[in-house]
Amino acid sequence: MTATDVRPEAPAPVPAPAQRPKRKRTAEDRRQAIAGWLFVSPAMIGLLIFMVIPILLAFFVSFTNWDGLSSPITGDRKFVGLHNYEQLLTRDALTRRSFSVALKNNFWFVLIVVPIQTALALWLAILVNNKYLKGRSFFRTAFYFPAITSSIAITLVFIFLFQGGGAVNAMLKFLGIKGPNWLADSRGLFHLALSGVGVTKSPHWAQHQILSQSIWDWFSGPSVTMVVIIILVIWTTSGTFMLMFLAALQNIGEEVDEASDIDGANSWQRLRYVTLPMLRPTLLLVLTLGIIGTWQVFDQIYLTGNNPATRTPAFMSFDQSFNNNQFGVGSAIAFLLFALIMTLSTLQRRLVKEELD
Amino acid sequence: MSVRQRRTVVLASAAVALVALTACGSGNSSGGGGKKSGVTLKVLIGSSGDAETNALNAAGKAWGAKTGNKVVVTPAKDLTQELTQALAGGTPPDIFYVDASRFQTLTKANALADVGAKVKDSADIYPSLQKAFTEDGHYYCVPKDFSNLALEINTTLWAKAGLTDADIPTTWGQLETVAKKLTTGGVTGLVIGDSLDRLGAFMHQAGGAVISEDGSKVTANSPQNLAALQYVQKLGKEKVLQFPKQVSAGWGGEAFGKGKAAMTMEGNWIVGAMKADYPSVKYKVVELPAGPSGKATLSFTNCWGVAAKSANQSAAIDFVDFLTTTDQQVTFAKDFGVMPSRQAAKSQFVSLYPDQQAFVTGTDHAFGPVGFPGFAAVQKDFEAGINGLADGSSDPKKLLDSLQKNAEDALKNGG
Repeated sequence: MTATDVRPEAPAPVPAPAQRPKRKRTAEDRRQAIAGWLFVSPAMIGLLIFMVIPILLAFFVSFTNWDGLSSPITGDRKFVGLHNYEQLLTRDALTRRSFSVALKNNFWFVLIVVPIQTALALWLAILVNNKYLKGRSFFRTAFYFPAITSSIAITLVFIFLFQGGGAVNAMLKFLGIKGPNWLADSRGLFHLALSGVGVTKSPHWAQHQILSQSIWDWFSGPSVTMVVIIILVIWTTSGTFMLMFLAALQNIGEEVDEASDIDGANSWQRLRYVTLPMLRPTLLLVLTLGIIGTWQVFDQIYLTGNNPATRTPAFMSFDQSFNNNQFGVGSAIAFLLFALIMTLSTLQRRLVKEELD
Repeated sequence: MSVRQRRTVVLASAAVALVALTACGSGNSSGGGGKKSGVTLKVLIGSSGDAETNALNAAGKAWGAKTGNKVVVTPAKDLTQELTQALAGGTPPDIFYVDASRFQTLTKANALADVGAKVKDSADIYPSLQKAFTEDGHYYCVPKDFSNLALEINTTLWAKAGLTDADIPTTWGQLETVAKKLTTGGVTGLVIGDSLDRLGAFMHQAGGAVISEDGSKVTANSPQNLAALQYVQKLGKEKVLQFPKQVSAGWGGEAFGKGKAAMTMEGNWIVGAMKADYPSVKYKVVELPAGPSGKATLSFTNCWGVAAKSANQSAAIDFVDFLTTTDQQVTFAKDFGVMPSRQAAKSQFVSLYPDQQAFVTGTDHAFGPVGFPGFAAVQKDFEAGINGLADGSSDPKKLLDSLQKNAEDALKNGG
């Protein structure tokens, strides 16, 4: 390292020897690079301290039996290798069963929430994008409102609405339907439907166990309690995604619509063959964000109680760490969840892209 | 590397070092050190509300004025989580509440200083409570107060059902009889929380327990425990016993206060809740009925834990001395309705609150919670099946078998 590196070169009025311009450019490049690094350094340091180091630390913890009651670096903890991951994936005991139930809960949650919230958001966006709609800005605000309200507040309101003797059941009663005890009903929807046609016991072939849970249980569908959270999440997030679709819709020039009109497309054909293809990047974004967000659902689960019928991997990670003092298992869950989200997003990205070609 | 670049790197590494240092913390742990005055004690509590926080602040001020120290009381929103974070950070509060069910987890991690015996007259505390905070012969911390489960009866509904004082149940059979009589259209005879912290009382009344007395063996699937669950299931199927969620209540006290339940099983925290939320409901508190093997109740308690890493341990012990005097305990009882843990305060408490006598008398046959490390998740798993007892979707035998298996596993893994 030499001092000349930082000293600005004097501008050369006369053409310099062959290697001079090169040297000068290098110094200028470096200066710019330094300035660049300096400008991004606050953000970089922030990321390093609040993201990179904690993630590395969590990764380290996932291989230890740290109980969270001393320092993870110098404290009283043992390195246990893959033990935490084994407990979650290969050892047939309570931890694996809880994890597998959590995966199942979240799987059905994602499978129902993502398509519905995407379709709903698109539909709302097309509605409020209609230039002949009166009070457009009112509707835009109204649809977006749940998204900017605190999820905690909304969940609390939902808990009141869906109590056994709450407003929803009172309304159902008015229609002559006896509503379930929403927040305490752990029965799966598909199991309920099957028992409606007389199938109440698992058939023999479905008793095979996968991850400490029978096939029959894997296909129980979301629990009745989970349905409440599904409704809640669809209602709150479709507003956000509506906004994204709306922005994309407004990017589509009017001349495109006019051109399709001239070509004789009806409104369905225009939507199917003109609008939707042009929205593909946004659709991809919404689907990706939707999948990531739904696999990470936490607040709503936290508030509706630590209930195996709604427990998700994200919540279980917290529960194992702070309530059961097994931070190793908690971190391992976080990394398995990360792997899962990565895989699914990549897969989904590839699928949507292939369609384009 | 340029000077600027180097500065950036230095800055970044300084920040990293700072984080690492904070994470490491200081590591002194032997008991009894530190100055006796001129220190600031940090106290972390799981407060039941303003009354409790204010009472502790007042006690802190009084002690501080006497000894020349300062006390900072922080009520935690989630004590377990906040205490864990503080301990992991290496700078725990000097004094904090320790729930009996969390005690073993904390001692295993060497987070608690062994100071129980150093507190003045700490042997006067009820022996069953001392036992809850004793591990391998070490009496780590002094119980601050406690609660026992008792049976609360709505006297208006009781009289309406044609029952008198002579009908107060003292056996399981009688409990079933009165629960049947009390159950009408909108009222359930008995509503109890769907947790091991309520059903455990029936287990002990039947002579069972989840874990052997010395904590070495899991005894969850004993015939006694099965008898207890079968009794609960029988009452549940008869619809004379329900769980709070089935009657749209958050806990037994809410169902009781709203008149949805004629009886419930709660500890003396229900007294404050009834006074605040349902002041017009008339009720009385009696001991839990005896089961096949006699009387039993469950006891819940917290101790004044002193951090092993606290630099002010002698001042902390001095403050705990102050907090656990008979007078101070009676003051707390008046301020926020807890039961003093000192036997010497018993007569004062009973003469102040004669209608709460049943809570105190239970102490002779009270059992503490199960609390070995890793049991929390096992308990949650078990409790998920309790609601199903009433409609028959949970089988008592299967529930206990899985409790046995999971608890054995946790004991082996965590111990």
